[in-house]
Amino acid sequence: MHPAPSVIFFTTFSGLGFGLLAWLGIGAPDVTGWTAFAFFAIAYAMAVGGLLASTFHLGRPERAVKAFTQWRSSWLSREAWCAVGALVVMGLYGAGLVFLGERYALLGILGAVLSLLTVFTTSMIYTQLKTIPRWNMPLTPVKFLSISVAGGALLAGQVQIAVLLLLIVGGVQLLAWMQGDKAFASAGTTLGTATGLGARGAVRAFEPPHTGTNYLLKEFVHEIGRKHAQKLRIISLGLMVVLPVILLLLPFSHFIAVLALASHIAGVLTARWLFFAEAEHVVGLYYGKR
Amino acid sequence: MTTLPDKTDKKLGLVIDLDTCVGCHACVISCKGWNTENYGAPLSDQNAYGADNSGTFLNRVHSYEVQPDTGAAQLIHFPKSCLHCEDAPCVTVCPTGASYKRVEDGIVLVNESDCIGCGLCAWACPYGARELDQAAGVMKKCTLCVDRIYNENLPEEDRQPACVRTCPSNARHFGDLSDPDSDVSKLVAERGGMDLMPEQGTKPVNKYLPPRPKDTLPDTTEEFDILAPFLAPVAEEPKGFLGWLDKTLEKL
Amino acid sequence: MNQPKLDLSPKVSDEVRKTTCYMCACRCGINVHLKDGKVAYIEGNRDHPVNQGVLCAKGSAGIMQVNAPSRLRKPLKRVGERGAGDFEEIEWDEALQIATDWLAPLRRDNPEKLAFFTGRDQSQSFTSFWAQNFGTPNYAAHGGFCSVNMAAGGIYTMGGAFWEFGQPDWDHTKLFMLFGVAEDHDSNPIKMGIGKIKKRGARIIGVNPIRTGYNAVADDWVGITPGTDGLFILSMIHCLMKAGRMDLQYLAQYTNAPVLVIDNPGAENHGLLWRDANGKELVIDRATGKPTPFDQPGVKPDLAATHVVDGKTYRPVFHHMAEMYLDDSYAPEAVADRCGIPAARIRTIAAELARTAFEEAFELDQEWTDFRGETHRTMVGRPVSFHAMRGISAHANGFQTCRALHTLQIILGTVEVPGGFRFKPPYPKPATAHPKPHCKVTPGAPLDGPHLGFVHGPDDLALKDDGSPARIDKAFTWENPMSAHGLMHMVISNAYAGDPYKIDVLFMYMANMSWNSSMNTRGVIDMLTDRDANGDYVIPKIIYSDAYSSEMVAYADLILPDTTYLERHDCISLLDRPICEADAAADAIRWPVIEPDRDVKGFQSMLCELGAKLDLPGFVNEDGSQKYADYGDYIVNHQRKPGIGPLAGFRGEKGDQAGRGEVNPDQLDKYIENGGFFVEHIPAGATYYKPWNKAYQDWAVGMGLYDSPQPYLFSLYAEPMRKFQLAAEGFGDRQPPDHLRDRIKATMSPLPIWYSSEEDNQAADFPITALTQRPMAMYHSWGSQNAWLRQLHGHNPLYLPTRLMRENNLADGDWAKVTSPHGEITVPVLEMAALNENTVWTWNAIGKRKGAWALEENAPEATRGFLLNHLIHELLPPKGDGLRWSNSDPITGQAAWFDLKVRIEKASAPAESKPGFAPIKSPVGHGPKNLTWKVGS
Repeated sequence: MHPAPSVIFFTTFSGLGFGLLAWLGIGAPDVTGWTAFAFFAIAYAMAVGGLLASTFHLGRPERAVKAFTQWRSSWLSREAWCAVGALVVMGLYGAGLVFLGERYALLGILGAVLSLLTVFTTSMIYTQLKTIPRWNMPLTPVKFLSISVAGGALLAGQVQIAVLLLLIVGGVQLLAWMQGDKAFASAGTTLGTATGLGARGAVRAFEPPHTGTNYLLKEFVHEIGRKHAQKLRIISLGLMVVLPVILLLLPFSHFIAVLALASHIAGVLTARWLFFAEAEHVVGLYYGKR
Repeated sequence: MTTLPDKTDKKLGLVIDLDTCVGCHACVISCKGWNTENYGAPLSDQNAYGADNSGTFLNRVHSYEVQPDTGAAQLIHFPKSCLHCEDAPCVTVCPTGASYKRVEDGIVLVNESDCIGCGLCAWACPYGARELDQAAGVMKKCTLCVDRIYNENLPEEDRQPACVRTCPSNARHFGDLSDPDSDVSKLVAERGGMDLMPEQGTKPVNKYLPPRPKDTLPDTTEEFDILAPFLAPVAEEPKGFLGWLDKTLEKL
Repeated sequence: MNQPKLDLSPKVSDEVRKTTCYMCACRCGINVHLKDGKVAYIEGNRDHPVNQGVLCAKGSAGIMQVNAPSRLRKPLKRVGERGAGDFEEIEWDEALQIATDWLAPLRRDNPEKLAFFTGRDQSQSFTSFWAQNFGTPNYAAHGGFCSVNMAAGGIYTMGGAFWEFGQPDWDHTKLFMLFGVAEDHDSNPIKMGIGKIKKRGARIIGVNPIRTGYNAVADDWVGITPGTDGLFILSMIHCLMKAGRMDLQYLAQYTNAPVLVIDNPGAENHGLLWRDANGKELVIDRATGKPTPFDQPGVKPDLAATHVVDGKTYRPVFHHMAEMYLDDSYAPEAVADRCGIPAARIRTIAAELARTAFEEAFELDQEWTDFRGETHRTMVGRPVSFHAMRGISAHANGFQTCRALHTLQIILGTVEVPGGFRFKPPYPKPATAHPKPHCKVTPGAPLDGPHLGFVHGPDDLALKDDGSPARIDKAFTWENPMSAHGLMHMVISNAYAGDPYKIDVLFMYMANMSWNSSMNTRGVIDMLTDRDANGDYVIPKIIYSDAYSSEMVAYADLILPDTTYLERHDCISLLDRPICEADAAADAIRWPVIEPDRDVKGFQSMLCELGAKLDLPGFVNEDGSQKYADYGDYIVNHQRKPGIGPLAGFRGEKGDQAGRGEVNPDQLDKYIENGGFFVEHIPAGATYYKPWNKAYQDWAVGMGLYDSPQPYLFSLYAEPMRKFQLAAEGFGDRQPPDHLRDRIKATMSPLPIWYSSEEDNQAADFPITALTQRPMAMYHSWGSQNAWLRQLHGHNPLYLPTRLMRENNLADGDWAKVTSPHGEITVPVLEMAALNENTVWTWNAIGKRKGAWALEENAPEATRGFLLNHLIHELLPPKGDGLRWSNSDPITGQAAWFDLKVRIEKASAPAESKPGFAPIKSPVGHGPKNLTWKVGS
């Protein structure tokens, strides 16, 4: 898949933002007033910023509101509802904290659930696609949620739990890569099944339909060298998990915490880039590519 | 209508004969021409006269080489457009309801005024049947020429998809695949029509007729016996030949 | 469920105008849909005899062609150096005055100083008429480098060839064998035919080194070594003759197999056909045992008899064939390695041909009467048909190979019989019914007759009194005596060399000579731009007409811009290359379905005007005024003979006469009403056995195809060739130069032979054959300016067989250096398994020069695309004898571009394919960046 910057930013930052909101919703940290305002501002900037970034991906962003209509069947539509629901509920909850100094716990828990549901629905947009075997597995939502919650914990200053969660993220990510590497083969889709010619002999793509490129090739066929991918996997794991954990285990300072956060975000961005770049759409088979 | 209808009245679709397709791209351009001028936004072209030129096409012809275990490699031309699947994953992922499957004939369409161009339907389609038009920002796909097949402004015999009407080698057939007595259903039954990527569970309506076996004339000496009598010599030399000739001419 | 309400019956267009396609040479009928007066959609015309509604990719992309940014807009006068592309736009008056000022003195003093050659012209009966009236002998179209071997081989053998000459009997054939077919010619009819016979389950055998297109759908593929088709065919003839698997009845009745050949070694008539006092070929009548004219009623020609009289021996042609082809040198085992086909497979295919022709023979319940007056109760069908095209003809042995293929068809008795191969009117038409070439120049007067034709011996050659070539292209000379289509590919080379003489004006139409229409492209560019000692261009003046900014534009001094095909009149005439079917005579028109939005004139209309300015007799009235206002006027009012004009339909005052009839001023309107074409069906009983069928012959005379019935025998033995051999042996007044004697003796065999040109092309050092094919979706260069088609084929790789990929350590996308005896190119490669293992190939004419066709300079056509033309020379590699041996068939002069031999080595990837050429300035700018095409509301 083409690693489009808009989608990488969207999933990374909205994940972080909603992760932070989830923590705020359960009162960790238990803040009010301007402190709360600062936390909420960061969370909203990330969540809303991410959502806005996602609209850059649209061909007709001015019609984005139509995406609310199909919640019964479409994960993208559900994501839109969850996101708005989370933002509204958390807005009311946050207003209580900031302006009234009151914490409406039930509202907060509802907001936290909606925030995590948003991340879950986002992940389901990818998970549901049988056409992309690397994504089409239960680990995908687990990964999205764990990253969101871990990043949220980092932002929320929940240091100890963040360390634990980051380690979980690392484990989930490793598992996802291991399973993902086998997914295409085990999905059973080959050029033979794609063309129905597999029983006749070995099928090889000859001339492509057009000598030039097209939307499908640009969107779905992104070839990344194996070595290059391995390097990036190590880098992303290092930045997303290893370095932040080491930093957090050091004596606490705000500088180090910010460094850990920055490293984590850089790591998530890299992992997210890989999430797309390594994902092979079955349509690539028709072009002799995976 | 992002949800799929439980049942459609008809299953209109194409049957594509891989035994006959010569790979001429006639269907590709006829489709481009009709759909540029008709249903929805025109199919645009980028860098039309420069490098990296590309454009929106609803039908493209691939070609594949097949190397059997024995014998010569074969080349198979392979036209591909929307298969109008019964379980169309492109429809259910659509967040706006722009993508839908028509109840009356099963055609999968995009209502362009509702399309936000998120591209998710193209992601969900295993066949590469949907292309986001770069100028209009909306998803384009084969409409099965829904604006031709019922069009009362066209003579009756022209009420078929542009690609079918233009196909010079008659490798494309259009009809109702839910009717076992339709010509297309009969073709599928006779020739072993097949689904593409059946494991994806999309239940495509369009079927592909596999190429007939190739290079079947026996050409080994043992098997040659079947045809050998046709070349049994009448004589080994010109002189003997002329003797045979004279005898044969007598009989004529 | 609330689905959107769709308008299922939208308005399709304001109006449909029916005309003829010109996106290639196939001439399909098209329906042009117009909205707001603009072309909105093009589809095939269902009523049209050629395409019956279908249309190929090119045809459907016509809308992008008529709107192409590369269209020339106004006459241009060169202002910079030739080849730079610096032009000034001028008015038509000035342009035609310049042309007149250049041409009028030539006509007055020395008409041969004009060389007028048209490329992909479909109006040759008109353009040759213009050239005849001008008086120059130097006229031809592009047949000489296209497929003259196929046309001439067919006409000399059986009075017609493939493509526009005939077609398989798609309704009855059970075995269809195709050889070396370029997929652009007769493309839709062949595709339709393949579809039709596939439906019936008939077998298709494809003989081609490359398994694409039609060969990909063939049931059996014979991946033959290029240039050996003739040997393969002769080997099958060997097998069939040896097994007695021939239609002896057919051979005896309809061919010159029984005609007696004079056996008189050492004499001037040795090997000629024995004729009576009236010039009729003689056969032995089996009933009487006496020599009898072949066409005498009741004669039973004997294939076997040897006749001895007055001590002289006369043996039937069939004896000579038996002697030649039963020889073991034609046995499958003897040819298998050379052809790259196992001997068993050659036998299998020969056996399958025999099985189908004789075991699956059938009869149509249709009575007919032959030219000898004998009535046959039924028509015997032999359901084996063939088709072939350039793949077998563009070799130095192509003429003989084409003759061999026709011989195979004929001994199986499959020509003009049900299930076999059928002629389309005006064919069958034997070589003897065609004109001979004319070349007698009289200053200020027309030429003495048509330029091109068929020679029947040395007397018909186009030689001057001193024996030197009369034509600039040296057609109809000892170098290539039977060059029926001329040699356009030699014009620039010869004009530059002043051999046989210098010319003053080169006038060309639709011929991209400085690029893909020439061999040795670089060399031609240099010839066009080189100057003599005085600083003048060696080829002094060049006039060029084209609708588009092709590579050739930059090399002309005066550009006369043509219209696109939807803006013009044309006629696809029975006098020329019509659109007939085996069951019908048919012709068609083009007419301006839209008006040009630029200052351009249809080429033929412009010639009407220029012809009048030059006072050409056919183009002025008695008072000296312009005779034809435009080409449409000519089409209606010109009469070649009384009652016969360019169009056969709707003649006579009432428009109800077909073939012959007075001029009908409303003729074009009638054509337009009828969908742009005219069809006259051949009556039942006349549709098969046409060369010998009384009913057909009478119908053809009525239609004006012949002036009198012309029954004839198929020429398995081509007597004209023997006449050239006799000259080479020293007989006769007209004698070939000594250096050509041996070659003429060796190659001009009156019975088909096979010879190799490998040595001439240094195959020992260059062991791989390099071929081109034309993609079905592109026509020559034209597709590159087409925004839709150029997405299909924007650049071309060189396809290598698996063996060569491995041997050279190549992977897809690598680059290779390809070297021929003449030059080298560096190009990207791709693997192809279904390919003869000593053959490489690429798509033809995809590579473009930077600056041409209104493309941006970084277009893939220019950066990755390439031409094989750079590797091919118009001359063979020097043999050390100091002579210029042309790279062509020694019989017809057909350019032998499929004889190209190369070697391959891996190369590091260059930035762009090589050789690179400096950009030329585009006289029309570049196209728009993006297109969102939609007309009307």
